[in-house]
Amino acid sequence: MSAIHLRYEVPGDDFTRAGEASGAVKKRLKALGYNPDAIRRVAIAMYEAEINMVIHAEGGYCDVDIYPDRVEVLLADKGPGIPDVEKAMQAGFSTAPDNVRNLGFGAGMGLPNIKKYTDDMRIETEIGVGTNLYLTVKVNN
Amino acid sequence: MQKYFHSVELEADKCCGCTNCLKRCPTEAIRVHDGKATILSERCIDCGECIRICPHRAKKAHSSTIEEIENYKIKVAIPAPALFGQFSNLDDIDIVLNGLRAIGFDFIFEVSRAAELVSEATRKLINEGKLNKPIISSACPAVVRLIKIRFPDLCDNVMPILAPMEIAARLARKEVKNQTGLPDEEIGVFFITPCAAKVTEVTSPTTGEKSACNGAIAISKIYPALTQAMEKLSVLEPIANSGLIGVGWATSGGESAAMLGDKYLAADGIENVIRVLEGLEDDKIRDVDFIELNACSGGCVGGVLTVENPYVAQARIQNLRKYLPISLNHLKDEELEEFMWKGELEFSGEGFRLDEDIFKAMDKMEQMEEICAGLPGLDCGSCGSPTCRAMAEDIVKGIAKEGDCIHKLKESIQHIYDHLKNTI
Repeated sequence: MSAIHLRYEVPGDDFTRAGEASGAVKKRLKALGYNPDAIRRVAIAMYEAEINMVIHAEGGYCDVDIYPDRVEVLLADKGPGIPDVEKAMQAGFSTAPDNVRNLGFGAGMGLPNIKKYTDDMRIETEIGVGTNLYLTVKVNN
Repeated sequence: MQKYFHSVELEADKCCGCTNCLKRCPTEAIRVHDGKATILSERCIDCGECIRICPHRAKKAHSSTIEEIENYKIKVAIPAPALFGQFSNLDDIDIVLNGLRAIGFDFIFEVSRAAELVSEATRKLINEGKLNKPIISSACPAVVRLIKIRFPDLCDNVMPILAPMEIAARLARKEVKNQTGLPDEEIGVFFITPCAAKVTEVTSPTTGEKSACNGAIAISKIYPALTQAMEKLSVLEPIANSGLIGVGWATSGGESAAMLGDKYLAADGIENVIRVLEGLEDDKIRDVDFIELNACSGGCVGGVLTVENPYVAQARIQNLRKYLPISLNHLKDEELEEFMWKGELEFSGEGFRLDEDIFKAMDKMEQMEEICAGLPGLDCGSCGSPTCRAMAEDIVKGIAKEGDCIHKLKESIQHIYDHLKNTI
């Protein structure tokens, strides 16, 4: 099936630019007439993941494939990797530094929220090498 | 019936085809074709930004004239509170209301009275937990239209209560009917409006219910006659009947302050409004119960049909409110149901969709990305579309062609020139 492929760089040192990729994808999904609930889920999950990349991994890139029945997203970074994925998935667990928390981020809800809003989520991570986060949001348009 | 009515109109002979309005429109609803601006009806929210920016005064709002009130036996004015901020050295709202009486209105009912009822109704509904949080105010019609066409997920968060203008019109009409026994068609209710979006709201209400207003007269249109009449007043009849809550609705933050809580947010200016709506949609804005959004900077005092600088008007409103009681209008139990919307705010995003069919839409988007990549990315607007991306979209939709891009054209002329030079 045909797909629209998009790639975005996620800058690592600028909070104000996190959310650019999710914003651009949201605009495209609306133009396609995607189901509003699915648009919301994609936008929130991507935004959380972008913020994660800025906080923990100094950025990376994000590949988006839009199909008529689903959106697949890969968010890839060359950050420190996640030592304990199970722990990171727990609501409220965070390793974000204080300066990040002061901005209102780092509440330990990033990965749990991403899981909540997506139909499928897979993490490939290696310490010192980086993390690949695969997300799928299915939709009945 | 026309599907979309807009109060914003173009006077074609004044339009010189420049790109000022094109670049300013927050919903990318304007195109310049054959040297004239046109409005894509399904995208226009009547915010009036194009009227504000046009240096040639080619854009205007189609509001009622003062002569139209003569079509009715009883002439009713319902002035927006923003009107009270338009006059220097005004210390009594009654001077304005008596002035309206002097220029031909028989009965005056301030919209700020209805605003106090809306504030009370909102507080009540919030306390009862009956609304989807965060609640987005429905008072600014440009904002409601924006949500309707661009933010499908937020339609259910818009407060389902009629705007103060509509409630004021209904209450005034009812009172006049009770006093005079006249039928509806002999009573003409006119909103004295600070903005174009309200003019649209009178003719074509967002909720689909017929408006109790017969017309909307621009503050700027009524201003000269009104100021003259105000100067000539010798006796002042007490008419004013609203408190500081109602009058405060004229400026941004006034409606939120009337919530008497602290978990609220008030944003004004259309770009800021869009940013807040985007944030809400992405769940980035949390811990807020009530959201007041005004399309114009400063709130209604910043409306494009006002005469005074919005910040000056704001200062005057603050001054006028100082000695007013908190609220003079209180909701009767049976009124709440009456003031609620009868229908729901239904999303209609067709203006931004590439195609009804998702497969065709995807094909178009692919073409669009390809075309966009080949455009210079200057977003200059010379082609008649507001950005290169919008132009790519217009090409795919068949309303523009690549040759409209002057940079592309220049490139091809250069090629021909180089080619000719080499052959000679």
